[in-house]
Amino acid sequence: MIAEIGEVVAEKTYTLTRDSLVRYAGASGDFNPIHYRDDVAQSVGLPGVLAHGMLTMGFAVQPVVEWIGDSGKILDYQVRFTRPVVVDPADGAVVTVVAKVGALTDAEIRIDLTVTFADQTVLGKAQARVSLA
Amino acid sequence: MNPELQGRVFAPTAPYLVGREKIREFSRAVFATSPLNHDPEAAIAAGYADIVAPPTFPIVIQEATLAQLLAEPDAGIDFTRVVHGDQRFSYTRAIVAGDELTATLAVTGIKSLGGHSMVTSESTIVDRAGDHVVTAISTLVVRGDE
Repeated sequence: MIAEIGEVVAEKTYTLTRDSLVRYAGASGDFNPIHYRDDVAQSVGLPGVLAHGMLTMGFAVQPVVEWIGDSGKILDYQVRFTRPVVVDPADGAVVTVVAKVGALTDAEIRIDLTVTFADQTVLGKAQARVSLA
Repeated sequence: MNPELQGRVFAPTAPYLVGREKIREFSRAVFATSPLNHDPEAAIAAGYADIVAPPTFPIVIQEATLAQLLAEPDAGIDFTRVVHGDQRFSYTRAIVAGDELTATLAVTGIKSLGGHSMVTSESTIVDRAGDHVVTAISTLVVRGDE
């Protein structure tokens, strides 16, 4: 796992559909209806059904897990939720994750994630610290 | 929101027994395809007791603590106005199938910003032996009247 600062270590595109949201709702226990009912989403001023922020946080780290091969080496993982991912009932939503080395010491590496939907980032300060031990 | 919530520590949640099929179900939902998340033999070969939960799985255990916070009678949090602001997990070790976990929430920060309030909480998750597994830190934003 040799890398240098600024290097892109993984890049992956995920297509979310309404089915993905129902699956995540069941798996996580988050049954907030803004994630499966357009009428409820619109009644609170949203353009339509949104992906769970925790679903986006959940898959955004997977390219890093695939790169390191063992999620047990992750020391810390954080994100800020900055923009919603609106999931169209027919076309879904395409979300791209780029994982880049942000910092590096002998003991650990910090991976910075850029997570993009419709040409805008949806997560801020998305960082995973990984042990090199 | 009630500023006296600052520093409040809630009762530990009932123990949550992490099931193998729950880890597989959660893994499929977050597009986690590593054999460590699905195949006990692969997990054991990598030094784990059983299959490994994905990094964001602790939200399932933390969720019970956030429900306590939102239900606190004097908190003054209208859950229909709550938006998830940020989330962090600090790990001592990965969660594996067979773990029995309890979580204890402490309110670590309350602030107001432009009509909105923000509450930051830390849910400390420990195993059956009482050893630390992961701390889940959330900031919830409660939108003010528009």
